[in-house]
Amino acid sequence: MTQAPDANLLEVEDLWVKFPTRSGIFDAVRGISFSLGRERLGIVGESGSGKSMTGRAILRLIRPPGRVTAKRIDLEGQNLMDLSERQMRAVRGQRISMIMQDPKFSLNPVMRVGEQISEAYRLHADTSKAEARRKSLEMLEAVKIRDPELVFTLFPHEVSGGMGQRIMIAMMMIPDPKILIADEPTSALDVSVQMQVLEIMDNLVQDRGMGLIFISHDLNLVSAFCDRVLIMYAGRVVETCRADRLHEATHPYTRGLLNSLPRLDAPVDRLEVLKRDPQWRDEHSISGQT
Amino acid sequence: MSGILIDRLNVWFGEHERRVDAVKAASLLVPKGGSFGLVGESGSGKSTILRALSGLVPTWTGRMEVLGTPLGKKRDRRFYRAVQMVFQDPYASLHPRHSVDQVLGETLSLHGFRDIDARISRLLADVGLGPAFRFRYPHQLSGGQRQRVAIARALAPEPEILLLDEPTSALDVSVQAEILNLLSDLRRERNLTYLMVSHNLAVVGHICSDIAVMQLGEIVETLSVQQMRAQDTRHPYTRHLLESSLGAIKSGAQG
Amino acid sequence: MTIEPRPPEGLRNWLLSDTPTSRNHARMAALYQSWLSFRGNQMAMFGLGILVVLVLVAAFAPLLAPHDPFAQDLMARLKPPGTPGFVLGSDSLGRDILSRLIYGARITLYIVTLVAIVAPVVGLFVGTVAGYAGGWVDVVLMRITDIFLAFPRLVLALAFVAALGAGIENAVLAISLTAWPPYARIARAETLTMRNSDFIHAVRLQGAGPLRIIIRHIWPLCISSLVVRVTLDMAGIILAAAGLGFLGLGAQPPTPEWGAMISEGRRFILDHWWVATMPGLAIFTVSLAFNLLGDGLRDVLDPKEGSQ
Repeated sequence: MTQAPDANLLEVEDLWVKFPTRSGIFDAVRGISFSLGRERLGIVGESGSGKSMTGRAILRLIRPPGRVTAKRIDLEGQNLMDLSERQMRAVRGQRISMIMQDPKFSLNPVMRVGEQISEAYRLHADTSKAEARRKSLEMLEAVKIRDPELVFTLFPHEVSGGMGQRIMIAMMMIPDPKILIADEPTSALDVSVQMQVLEIMDNLVQDRGMGLIFISHDLNLVSAFCDRVLIMYAGRVVETCRADRLHEATHPYTRGLLNSLPRLDAPVDRLEVLKRDPQWRDEHSISGQT
Repeated sequence: MSGILIDRLNVWFGEHERRVDAVKAASLLVPKGGSFGLVGESGSGKSTILRALSGLVPTWTGRMEVLGTPLGKKRDRRFYRAVQMVFQDPYASLHPRHSVDQVLGETLSLHGFRDIDARISRLLADVGLGPAFRFRYPHQLSGGQRQRVAIARALAPEPEILLLDEPTSALDVSVQAEILNLLSDLRRERNLTYLMVSHNLAVVGHICSDIAVMQLGEIVETLSVQQMRAQDTRHPYTRHLLESSLGAIKSGAQG
Repeated sequence: MTIEPRPPEGLRNWLLSDTPTSRNHARMAALYQSWLSFRGNQMAMFGLGILVVLVLVAAFAPLLAPHDPFAQDLMARLKPPGTPGFVLGSDSLGRDILSRLIYGARITLYIVTLVAIVAPVVGLFVGTVAGYAGGWVDVVLMRITDIFLAFPRLVLALAFVAALGAGIENAVLAISLTAWPPYARIARAETLTMRNSDFIHAVRLQGAGPLRIIIRHIWPLCISSLVVRVTLDMAGIILAAAGLGFLGLGAQPPTPEWGAMISEGRRFILDHWWVATMPGLAIFTVSLAFNLLGDGLRDVLDPKEGSQ
C-alpha cells in the first residue's frame, strides 16, 4: 500500500458504538467522522461524551454486547473493519498503540518493568532476549529515564506515577507504531510531572512522524499541546478547530466549558454554569476530516 | 476568634524504621468566617492535615484548636456538630446501599434532631437537589449529584466549619463550576469557615482568600490569593506550582 | 448519550422508575432490577427452578408420595425401577424409593436451612467484629476461628455423637460448628477493605459508634458475599449431612435421609444399583442447583456493581 507522504494515517467515517441495556440501546458514539494525519489531534469532552469509546473502538477493544459500526476505519488505506480478530492483533501495539490513564493499572504488577517492555517488543519482532533487552534499555533512555539499567529491574509499584507513565510510553513505542492513542495520559499525575511526560511524548511523536490522538477532559492542556481539537458531546463532535484557536471557539457548548473554568489570572464572583441545550444532542456531528 | 488554629503539627505513620512523617511542623491560622486553601502535590501532606483535624489520625503531636477549643486524641459530639468534612471521591463517600433519604436521616438522628422529614427536604433544596432525588441510591446519581448529597450531609448538623478535601477533583468541568458556586453561596449565606485542600490553584484561587503551599509535609509558604495572582511569591516551589498551572492557560489564551 | 425507551406499562414502569417516591418504592425498584438481572442468567434460573421444585416437593410430600415411606413389603424387595407401583424401584425392605426420596427432601431442606442460618450468622458476627475492632480482639477471634477451622467435619461429628448421641439435630450442630469459620474469614476481609473507605469515615464524623457502623453500614455490604458463599457451600453441606448419615451418625433408620439411603444401598450396588444411585442422583441434582443459583447470585450481588 503506497501512500503519499502527506496522506492521512487514519480515516474514520460514521463511527457508531452501541451498547444494549435493559432500557433500550445506549449509543455511546453516534456517527462521528474524522481523520488523523501526522499531527496531534485532541479529542476533548466530559464523561459520557464518548471520547474514550472512540479510542477503544478504533482498536476494536470493545467487547460484545457492545457493537462498533463504521463506514470505514482506514489505517493507511486499509479498512480495519474488514480485518479478522487475528489480523487486528497484529495491528494493536504494532501499528496503533494506546496509553491509558493510570500506569498502576496498565502495568502488570507482578512482572518487572524490563520484562514487560521486552515482552512487548518480542510480541511483534522475532528477536532474541538479549536484543529485546538492548532495545528496551534504548527505549527507557529515549523517555528520559536516568538510570535505565536499574529501572529495568524494578517492579511497577516501586516507581513513581510519572515514571510509570514514561515506562508505558516506552513500552507502547517500542514496536514503532504509526499512531499513538493516549487516553487521559496525564490525568493521574501531578501538575509538574504532567508537563514532563507530555514533552517526552511530543518529542517521540514528532521524531518518528507519528500521529497522536490525545483524549482528555482538560481543555487547557489540549489547547496547549495539540495541533487540532475535536470537542465531543453526547457521542457527537460539536466543534472542531485549531488548538491554538480554541479560545475563539463558537459552539455554545465549547464556550460554556471554557467560561466555566475558574482562572487564577481572571477572578470572578460566580463561575458561569453551562446550560445544556437539548438541541446539541440532535445536531449533526461535525466532520473532523481534513 | 479563630476558626482553626494549627501550631507545629507533626503527623506520622508507622514506627521506627518504617516511620513516615506525613506532616512536619505545620502551622496555620484560619479566622472564623475565613476561607483557607492548602495546596500541594500528592504526598505533600495536605489531606493528612484535614484527617488529623477530624480525629482520623492517631499519631500526632503539636497543637490544634477549633473555635477556641483545643483538640485531643478523641473528638466528641460537640466537635462533630461544629466541624464537618466533604470528601474527594463522590463515588466512595456515600454508602452504596443507603438511599439519600437514609444517609441524611441517619445523620440528622445521630445529631439528635427530631423534625427529620422537614430538615431533609430543606437540605436537599439548599444544595439544589429536588425531592425527586430523595429516595435514590448512589448508583442512580451522577458524580455532581452525589457530591451535592455529600455536602447536604455535611450541612445537616449546622456546622460552623467545613473541611473540604479536593471536593471537585473527581468531577467534570461543567459540574465543578456548579459545585464551586454552591460552596461559595453556602459560605456567604451561613458565614461558614472553609479549609480546602486542592492541587488545583485555580480552584483554590476562586474559593479561598489565603493559601498555604505544602511540599513533602512542610508548609513552605503562606500567602494571600492576591499575592498569588500577582505572582508575588517567595519560595521557589510556589513559583514552580504557579508556573505549571498558568503555563497551559497562557499558551492556550495567547491564540 | 441517547436511550431509546421501551413502551411503558403500569407496574413495570413504576418498578423501573429512577425517581422513587418513597422508601418502599426505592427498595422495590432495587429488588426488581436485581431480579431482572438475575433472570437473564439461564443457568441460574434453572438452578432456582430445581430448588423451587424441591421446596414444593417437601411441602406437599404427603400428597405427592405414592406410598408411605416407612411401609415395608418384603415380597416386593429390590424391585427395579419401572416396576408397576415402584417408579424408582424399591429397597431391601421393599420400601418405595420414590416416596422415601420425596420425604427425604424435607430432611434435606431442614438440615440445609438450619446450617445456612446458623453458620453464616455466627461467621458474620465474629468476622465483622474482628475486622472492625482490630488489635487483640481481632487476634483472639481469629485464632478461635482457626481452631474450629482445624477440625475435620466428620471427626467433630464423631465427638458430638460420642458425647450427645446420634441424631439429625446433633449432626446439624456439628456441621454448623465446622462451617462458620470460612464465613468469618470472608466477613473479616470485607470489613478490613471497607474500614478505611470514605463513607465509613463520613459516618464516624457524624458521631456514630462502632456498633451502629458495624450493624447498619458493614453488615449490609457483607451480606452479598455471604449469601453467595452459602449457596455455593450448600452442596458441601448436603454432602456432609449425607456423609454423616452414611456413617450412621446423622439420621437414624428408618428415617429416609438421602445419605442414609445411600449407605443402606451400598451392599446392593452391583446387582441392584438403583437403591444407592437414586438418592445419589437426588443429592447431585440439588447440589448442582445450589451451585448454579450461587453463581447467578454472585453476578447480581457483586458489590462492585453496586458501588460504581
